[in-house]
Amino acid sequence: MSVSIEMLGCGRKIADKLNTDLTALLLGHDVRDLADELVAHGADRVYLVESELLTFYHSEAYASIIAELAEKSRPEIFLLGSTGTGRDLAPRVAAKLYTGLTADCVSLDVDETGQLLQVVPAFGGNVMATVVCPKHRPQMATVRPGVMRPPTRVVERHGEVVKIPVDIKEEDFSIKILDIVTEEPKAAPIETADIVVAGGWGVGSIDNWRLIEELARSMGASVGATRPPVDEEWASEDQLIGQSGKTVRPRLYVGIAISGAMQHLVGVQDSKVIVAINKDPNAPIFKGADFGIVADFQDVVPRLAEEIRKLR
Amino acid sequence: MPPVNSIVCVKPVPDPRRWSELALDPVTKTLRREGIPIVLNPLDKHALEEALRIKERFGGRVTAISMAPLTATDSLREAIAIGADDAVLLSDKSFAGADTLATSYVLAAAIKKLGKFDLILCGNQSLDGGTGQVVPEIAEFLGAPHVTYVRKMALLDGGIARVERAVENGYMLIEARMPLVLSVVKEINIPRHVSLMRISEAMQAEVPVWTSRDLDVDRSRIGLSGSPTQVADLFLPVLKRRGEMLSGAPDAVSKLLIEKLHELGVL
Repeated sequence: MSVSIEMLGCGRKIADKLNTDLTALLLGHDVRDLADELVAHGADRVYLVESELLTFYHSEAYASIIAELAEKSRPEIFLLGSTGTGRDLAPRVAAKLYTGLTADCVSLDVDETGQLLQVVPAFGGNVMATVVCPKHRPQMATVRPGVMRPPTRVVERHGEVVKIPVDIKEEDFSIKILDIVTEEPKAAPIETADIVVAGGWGVGSIDNWRLIEELARSMGASVGATRPPVDEEWASEDQLIGQSGKTVRPRLYVGIAISGAMQHLVGVQDSKVIVAINKDPNAPIFKGADFGIVADFQDVVPRLAEEIRKLR
Repeated sequence: MPPVNSIVCVKPVPDPRRWSELALDPVTKTLRREGIPIVLNPLDKHALEEALRIKERFGGRVTAISMAPLTATDSLREAIAIGADDAVLLSDKSFAGADTLATSYVLAAAIKKLGKFDLILCGNQSLDGGTGQVVPEIAEFLGAPHVTYVRKMALLDGGIARVERAVENGYMLIEARMPLVLSVVKEINIPRHVSLMRISEAMQAEVPVWTSRDLDVDRSRIGLSGSPTQVADLFLPVLKRRGEMLSGAPDAVSKLLIEKLHELGVL
């Protein structure tokens, strides 16, 4: 839901610029109350599609209903959240509509011709690209969660809720959702953490990784990682910051033995304060940091943890 | 269970450990990537491993395909070394510059030409593009169902696959009828080790190359000109920070940092 609200904020601004209206699509079972929330956050209209078969995300059902609605209402711009669901659904819909889709946008705007300017980190975020979709409509994009500022909720806002009847049966589909299983998360998710301590390739081994975790414990922080520690399985996929990973916005971010590929820096740039510890004085991360320490993390990190523990 | 024929889509990507060497040419706005070695996209090895395990259990063939420049032939030979029965490279100047839709369109056309399949297996996303869009798009062009983020799978009687799809904080348990398009995450298996000798032997393997003339494709839908999305601009991100360097012995510098962070009220 949170990325949906964030998209309404950005969609509202674009709709106002283009002097047009903003429609939200709401699919689910027994979700009428959420329609009012969408209006309160900026939607002029909500298409509400309800069925018991839509209780959980079902790729075939969702994609066919949404593509049909898009064909009828012919939007100029169509945004989805870059969540697990959105990343599965958006390309299926884009292929049905035969239009362009830009993944994981971190910024969206329109130019004077009304063309959507979609900014994405490219080549691992070492560069940024502005992507356009000149000849096909709708212009589709998935939006990275946690990047756009959520709009203010205005309960008095008025909007229209349009119920769209659907006639779908389980037999219509080749896939069947049997169950949704919730598993215990391993730690506080990094995207909502107040403090994030992250390690990179330079940490060197699973044993050294424990020093990172130890510092995080002393600060009450969550542990993040760049791609190599995840590939080495020192850290898990849900700790990945940056391209195809998460965006964090803690009040304090500490990057340890991270050289600072742009993809990672983009993923942490909304942090209030950034600290970098790296033995290479030329590591790019220092350029994006508030405080830098040129040192071997194995010397500094345990001292730092010790000093912080003394304070608590 | 009758034999299961799988097609594994693979992508050669620039070695991620060398990405910091990518340079932006300020005049042409293109990326210079010379000298950066090419590797098989890591998740694709998990897709190939799963296809091989299915083949070992139920029989059938495993075919690796890729749409890439001719230099990708060795990546497909590596797939053969790992265990694929054969491989096809889709390579043509007119394919170059394709976005995900134009790429999926060509891959789907090639899959149709390969004939009947039971499973298409892919890595959930590539390391370089990372969009994860090609898999659902291929599935749509083939008119087959798809499941992404597959972390576990089993084939049941009656041509049904039971899969676990990883989601935030858990998983969905899904049953889907084959033919089916699946993209896998690394938790699904541990890819087998293949000896260097076996890889070097496979470097002799024949890999047929199909061009646009070999495929039933609409030429207005391929390559850069057939791609709905276009890159309008490339730029280097600008980040503004204090950039204050702290120095001293480990003890002293730790205390100094803590002091600074306290002043800002962030610790």
